[in-house]
Amino acid sequence: MNTHGEGAPVAQPEDFEFAPENLERAKAHIAKYPPGRQASAVLPLLDLAQRQSGGWLPLAAMHHVADLLAMPRIRVYEVATFYTMLNLRPVGRYLLQACTTTPCWLRGSDAVVAACERMLGVAMGGTSADGRFTLIEVECLGACVNAPILQVNDDFYEDLDGPTTEALIDALRNGKPPPVGSLGGRSSSAPATGKTTLTEPPEPPAMQAALQPGEGGEKSDAG
Amino acid sequence: MLADRDRVFTNLYGEHDWHLEGALKRGDWGGTKEVIHKGRDWIVNECKESGLRGRGGAGFPTGLKWSFMPKTSDRPTYLVVNADESEPGTCKDRDILRNDPHKLLEGCVLAGAGMGVGAAYIYVRGEFYNEATHVQTAIDEAYDAGLVGKNACGSGYDIDIYLHRGAGAYICGEETGLLESLEGKKGQPRLKPPFPAAVGLYGCPTTVNNVETIAVSPAILKRGAKWFAGLGRPRNTGTKIFCISGHVEQPCNVEEEMSIPMRELIERHAGGVRGGWDNLLAVIPGGSSTPCLPAPVCDTVLMDFDSLVAEKSGLGTAALIVMDKSTDIVRAIARLSAFYKHESCGQCTPCREGLGWVWRVMERMVKGEASVAEVDMLDEVTREIEGHTICALADGAVWPVQGLIRHFKPEMLRRIEEYRATATRRAAE
Repeated sequence: MNTHGEGAPVAQPEDFEFAPENLERAKAHIAKYPPGRQASAVLPLLDLAQRQSGGWLPLAAMHHVADLLAMPRIRVYEVATFYTMLNLRPVGRYLLQACTTTPCWLRGSDAVVAACERMLGVAMGGTSADGRFTLIEVECLGACVNAPILQVNDDFYEDLDGPTTEALIDALRNGKPPPVGSLGGRSSSAPATGKTTLTEPPEPPAMQAALQPGEGGEKSDAG
Repeated sequence: MLADRDRVFTNLYGEHDWHLEGALKRGDWGGTKEVIHKGRDWIVNECKESGLRGRGGAGFPTGLKWSFMPKTSDRPTYLVVNADESEPGTCKDRDILRNDPHKLLEGCVLAGAGMGVGAAYIYVRGEFYNEATHVQTAIDEAYDAGLVGKNACGSGYDIDIYLHRGAGAYICGEETGLLESLEGKKGQPRLKPPFPAAVGLYGCPTTVNNVETIAVSPAILKRGAKWFAGLGRPRNTGTKIFCISGHVEQPCNVEEEMSIPMRELIERHAGGVRGGWDNLLAVIPGGSSTPCLPAPVCDTVLMDFDSLVAEKSGLGTAALIVMDKSTDIVRAIARLSAFYKHESCGQCTPCREGLGWVWRVMERMVKGEASVAEVDMLDEVTREIEGHTICALADGAVWPVQGLIRHFKPEMLRRIEEYRATATRRAAE
C-alpha cells in the first residue's frame, strides 16, 4: 500500500487557485465526462494542480479541486493519498524515479540507483542539498525491454548503466538534458543490433473483397 | 516465422509517422465505414470466429465478451480501453500508444460499433505522459478528419473517444478498479457479479478491453476472421506482441505468430540467452504474475495459452522475463513479492496482510534465514490467500512464489542449510 505523509510536517501555502490557462484546461477535462459525473476529473485536476504548484500537491490545492468538482474534501484526500504520482510533500525541480522491479533489477538497476545516490549525495527518498533533485524508488514503469529505466519528471531515460546515469545527472545539472528515450544508442524497443522483423516497407493490408472502400458494402443495422 | 505482410503493428518501432497522414498510408481508417455497415452482429461474430482472446492477461474470448453487451439499453453504454499497462515485464501497449495510436482509435470505433456504445474512454497509466500525448493528438486529428465523433467515418454511427490519465496505481489495471478510478475514486476493485457488461462505468453497461485487443480488431475485421484464425493453433490464434526482457542479448518487443516455441522466439528475435541457451536458468513467460519455468521446460514449451497452462504457468501478457544462471532467483521473486505488497489496494485482508507476510518470509528465504518447515508453510499460506479476495491481484502475487517453490525448492533448502552452517560456525568461533 502507498505510504504518504511520513516525516516532518510540511509548510502548507495558505491558498491555491488555478491559473487562468489551467482553469481552461480543467474545464476541458470536466467536459469529457457526463453531467453530474464531474468527480471523474479529479485525477486530471490534481495533476494540473500539482504541476502548477511545482511538483507537489498542497492541501489548499486539494480544497480548490474539491470545490471545483463539488466533492467532499475527504473524497479528494482519499484519492490524493491513494495514487503514488501525487506528491504530498515538496520535491526537487527534477524528480528522479528509479525503477527497481525485477526486469530492471535483472538489467542492473542497482548500478543506476548507486549512481544517483553518489551523484546527488542522498539516499533513496532524499532531496539533494541544493534542493534541485529528489530521488525516489518506483515500481515497474512499463518499459521493461529498455531496462533499466530512470523517469525524470515526465520523461523516460532507458537502457541505462552506472556511467550513463552519471552523465545524465550531470547534463540535468547543467540544464542540458539529453533527448528523451534510450541512452544506449537505440531509438525504440527494437533489438539494438538491428530489426529481425518489419524489414519490408509497410503496405496497407489486403482487405476482404466485400469491404473494399468506396464499393459501398451492404447497409444493415449499423450502430 | 510470421511474414511482414501478416504483421498488424507495422509501426511497432516508431520508424514511421504516427500521425494521421502516416497511419492512412499504412492502411488505417481504410474501409472503416464499410465494416461498420456490415452491422453489429457481423462485427461481433467475425471477432468470435477469429478466436481472438483478450491480450491483457486473462485471455477471455473477445467476441464473446462483446456479445454480453445489451442489444438495447435506455442508459448510455461504454467501451473502456485498459491502457494501465503496469504488469512487470510488459511494455507492448506502450508501443501501440506512442507509435500506432490511430490503430487503437480505429479499433475503438469498430469495436464500439460492434457493441453499439456511445463513448469510449482510454485509461492510460499516468507515467506514460508522452505516450498519452500521442494518443490525445491522434484523437484530435481523428475528430478534425471526421473519423471520430458524430457520423464517424461518414457511417452514420456516433462515438466519442476520450483520453483519461491515471496517477500511478497497478490495481487500476484490474477492470473494476479501473472503473472506480475513472469515476474519480480510489482504484479499489468491485465485487463481481454484477459484471461490467451489466453494471460498469457510472452503473451503465461497459466493456473493458486491453489496448492490444482493441488495436488488432480492425485488422481482423478487414482481413477476415479466417486470416487471423489461420495463424497460431486452434484456441490460440493470431499474432501477438511479445516483450522479451532480462538476460537476453537483445531485449526487444516483437510481433510474432501465437504458439511460436519459446526458444525460437528468444533466439530469433532477442539474440538468445546471454551466454548461450545452456546458460538459461528460468523464464517468467507472461508477466510477473505467471509462475516461472525452469530451463528444461523452456526447451519445448510453446508461447500460447494452452501450452503454458499445461506447464502450470500462463501466457498472461506474453512478457518474457529471462533469467540466466547468474540470477539470484529467490531474490528475483522476492522483489516481485515486494511489488505486489506495495500495490495491494488494502481492501481484502488476505491480500493486505498476507502479501506483507509473504514478502517478509521471502526476504528471509533470500538469505536462508528460515527453517526448512517454513518453505512448505509459505506454500500453504499462499494457497490460503489465493482465491479469497475480490480481485486477482493476490492470486497473481502468490503464483510466482508457488512457481519458485515448485521448481527451485532445492535451492531454497540449500540456502537454509548454508545459513545454518555459517551461523553454527560463527557461534563456535
